[in-house]
Amino acid sequence: MALDKATVARIATLARIKVPEADRDALGHELNNILHWVEQLDEVDTADVPPMASVVHLTQPLRDDVVTDGARADDVLKNAPGAAHGFFTVPKVIE
Amino acid sequence: MVELTDLTLAAARAGLDAREFSAVELTKAHIAAMDQARALNAFITETPDLALERAAESDARLAKGEGGVLEGLPIAIKDLFCTKGVLTTAGSHILDGFKPPYESTVTSKLWAAGAVGLGKLNLDEFAMGSANITSYYGPVINPWTPHAGAARGPLVPGGSSGGSAAAVAARIALAATGTDTGGSIRQPASFCGIVGIKPTYGRVSRWGVVAFASSLDQAGPMTRTVEDAAIMLGVMAGHDPKDSTSAPMPVPDFRAALTGDIRGLKIGIPREYRVDNMPVEIDRLWQQGIEWLRAAGAEPVEISLPMTKYALPVYYIIAPAEASANLARYDGVKFGLRVPGASLDEMYENTRAAGFGAEVKRRVLIGTYVLSAGYYDAYYLKAQRIRTLIARDFEAAFQKVDAILTPTAPSAAFAIGEKMDDPLAMYLNDVFTVPVNLAGLPGLSVPAGLSADGLPLGLQVIGRAFDEATVLRVGGVLETAAAFTATPARRG
Repeated sequence: MALDKATVARIATLARIKVPEADRDALGHELNNILHWVEQLDEVDTADVPPMASVVHLTQPLRDDVVTDGARADDVLKNAPGAAHGFFTVPKVIE
Repeated sequence: MVELTDLTLAAARAGLDAREFSAVELTKAHIAAMDQARALNAFITETPDLALERAAESDARLAKGEGGVLEGLPIAIKDLFCTKGVLTTAGSHILDGFKPPYESTVTSKLWAAGAVGLGKLNLDEFAMGSANITSYYGPVINPWTPHAGAARGPLVPGGSSGGSAAAVAARIALAATGTDTGGSIRQPASFCGIVGIKPTYGRVSRWGVVAFASSLDQAGPMTRTVEDAAIMLGVMAGHDPKDSTSAPMPVPDFRAALTGDIRGLKIGIPREYRVDNMPVEIDRLWQQGIEWLRAAGAEPVEISLPMTKYALPVYYIIAPAEASANLARYDGVKFGLRVPGASLDEMYENTRAAGFGAEVKRRVLIGTYVLSAGYYDAYYLKAQRIRTLIARDFEAAFQKVDAILTPTAPSAAFAIGEKMDDPLAMYLNDVFTVPVNLAGLPGLSVPAGLSADGLPLGLQVIGRAFDEATVLRVGGVLETAAAFTATPARRG
C-alpha cells in the first residue's frame, strides 16, 4: 500500500496538520518507508490470537458516580490563547 | 571531603541527618553545577529560587528531627511532568507558555517526601526520540566524551529522557525523573552511565504526565546507583485513583530487596537478542554479565522469545496510533501556541503545522493512517494481536526463569548528526527495550562497562510484572560485580 500525494493530503487533513503541497511527495516517501517496514508483520499468523486489550491483568475499577472536582473555570482558562467572558474563544464558525 | 554533587541520594540523606551539611548548602552546590553545565542544554527551565526556598523549608524540618525519605535532596524533573505554576513544555513549541494549574501525582509524591526541585529537564519532543535531538529547545549534549583519537562531535545522551540522564551523569542533580514508552529511561541511562528503571505498567501513576502512548508510558527514577533507584521508586510508586490504569497493589520496600543474594535464581538469556551487526564489545559485556550472575550463585538459562523481531514494527504502529489520539488536544484553543487561520479548521491546521516538529508530525500522520477507515484491521489490530504474542513469549519464559538479562542498547552513544536522516536507523536503538513496554514488564539498566572508545554501556534486567524487587536485586549484584566507577569528563 503506497501513500500517494492525495492520500498524504487526506491524512494530513484528518490529523489537522497543514502540509504544503510541495512537501507532500517527500513526506509520502518517508511514511512509505515506515509502512513498508511494518508490513513484515504480515508474515505472522494471527488467525486465533486476540488483540491485546490490557497489558496488565487487572480489572478496571468502577468509580462512584459523584462530582469530585469542578468550579475551576479560571484555572481552566488560565492557559488559553484566547478567552472571554469565561469561555474559550475560537474563529467564527457560524456564517 | 567528597564533593556534595558526587553524593548518592542515600549518602546525601545520611549527611543531612548527621548535620554534615545543610539542605541549602547541598542545593547551592547543585545550582552552581547547573550554572556551570549550561552548555549541555540539559534544562529547559531552571528554578533555583524555588529550590533554595524549598531547601530552607527542608532544613527547618530536619532541625526538628522531621523530614521525608528525600528530604532536602536536589533532583530534577523531566519536562513531561506537569508542575503547578512552572512552565511545562514536553519539549514542544506547541506548549509555549503552558503553566499547569495542577501538579502531577509523581511530582506531588516527590515534593511530599521532601525532594528539592532544581528545574525541568530537556527531552525529545513529546518524548518521541532516542537521541534527544527532536526537542524544540535544542539537543542535549552527553557529558561523556570519547577517548582522544575517536574524534567525533559531541555525543547524544540518548532519549527521550536525555536531559535527565545528562544531568544525573554530569552531577547537576542527585537524581531525576524519566519516562519510558519504548526505552526512554533505559537507553539514555545506558548512554550516560547511570541507572534507570522502567517500572511495571501500572506501578507508577501517569496522572499529570503529558501522554505519548498511554498503554506503554511509565515514569521511573534515573539515578547513579541501584540503591538510589530503589529509594526513589519507592516514593514515586503506588496506587492513584486519578489514574484508572494504576494498580491497586502495595508497594514493597525496594531498598530492603537489595540483599545481594541471588543464589538459585534462574536468569533467562534470550537467544533472539543476539541481533545482526551487534558490536562485539556489547556481546562481550553481555557474556561478562552472565558470568557475574553465575559467580553470584544464579543459574543462566537459555530462553527463546521468538516474537522479538516483530516488537519494533508493532511498536511503531501502536505508539503512533495512541500518540495521534493523545496529541489531538493540542489545537490552539485550550493552551499553548495558537497560529491564526481564516476558519476554525485552518487555525487548527496552522497551529499544529507550526507547533509540532518533524518527528512528531511523522508519528501523528502514521498513527492517523493506521487508525483510518480501511486500514485499522490491517495495521492496528494486526499489531495488537502480535503484541499479545510478544506478551505470551515473556509469560512462557517467566515460567522457567526469575529474571532476564540482555544488553540495554545495541550501541554506545553516537554523535549528534548521526542517524538523523533515517528514522528507521534511529528506531533500532530501542530494539532491546521496546518488547518490555509492549509486555508491560519492569526493566532496569545498570552501567556495566566501557566501550573501546571509553563510553558507558548498560545491561538490562527484565522481570515479572510487579516484581521490581527481584529486578533491583539482580541489578544490585551486577552493579557490585561491575564496580563501574568511571565518570564523564565533561561537567559543563
